Amino acid sequence: MEFITQPWPWYISGPLLGLMVPLLLFITNKQFGVSSNFRHICAMFAPKSIKFFDYDWKKEIWNLVLILGTVAGAWVAHTYLNPTVGVGDDTYAILNQQGVHQFDGLAPADIFSWEGLFTLRGFIMIIIGGFLVGFGTRYANGCTSGHAIMGLSLLSVNSLIAVVGFFIGGLFMTYLILPYVLAM
Amino acid sequence: MKYIKFFLIGIYFGIVLTKAEVISWFRIQEMFHFQSIHMFGIIGSAVVIGAISVFLIKKFNLKSFGGEDIRLISKEYHKGLLPGGIIFGLGWALTGACPGPLFALVGNGVEVMLVAIVSAIAGTFVYGLIKEKLPS
Repeated sequence: MEFITQPWPWYISGPLLGLMVPLLLFITNKQFGVSSNFRHICAMFAPKSIKFFDYDWKKEIWNLVLILGTVAGAWVAHTYLNPTVGVGDDTYAILNQQGVHQFDGLAPADIFSWEGLFTLRGFIMIIIGGFLVGFGTRYANGCTSGHAIMGLSLLSVNSLIAVVGFFIGGLFMTYLILPYVLAM
Repeated sequence: MKYIKFFLIGIYFGIVLTKAEVISWFRIQEMFHFQSIHMFGIIGSAVVIGAISVFLIKKFNLKSFGGEDIRLISKEYHKGLLPGGIIFGLGWALTGACPGPLFALVGNGVEVMLVAIVSAIAGTFVYGLIKEKLPS
């Protein structure tokens, strides 16, 4: 148990994350992916006139159940398994200089909280950020799970193109836009 | 009952995401500043395990535990891969979370991420509305 409750180095957590691929393939014969769930939820409610959402979402319930399990598993880890977050000193220094002052927890609490949501920073980072995640993953047809982990495991060049895009967008935001957002 | 195995695998995923610290906004910023091996090591070693699994499945024509042929399908090429990927990347650096971690953060008590999830659903909905007008 002590092994589980202490912080996990990347070379333990990475392979355990990679096990999602064979676990899903062998036990359920499904390929790993998460972002399609946003589409399935749209498909439940969208009018049939929108072709992109006109399919039998009930066949994809497995993916929604997987993500419900993810919420439950995260709660178990949060409650019983003593999760930690280490942030390097260099990153701490940069973020602190850019206007991040709360380093407890999983995200800056003055932004990622119900109070923070109603600030300009919170609106941009939670609402616009979430919107870009949903729009972009669907346009790219996958996210970090489906393209980076599953797609690259299949040695797919198409997934590599998408992953390169993830980093172009992420670096552009981190260096050229986010500093101004954090200063708001 | 046929869904219980998905729920259990989901629990595993949620535990690993949380203990791996990949759901931390700070870790994502650290990654985009190239200041730690943490995220790159995790994604890289996860891909190694995934790729070895795929290789063994193909090489030995392994079946699923249910006795079926395992379906392995790479995603098709289309013009949205790069621009869509870039748009997602912009959002990833803002929220500090990709789709899996968005859900895991809710389980970790960051309930405001439910709003990010609703926004992501809205983003997907808008994509569905204007899909025909985008290069694909």
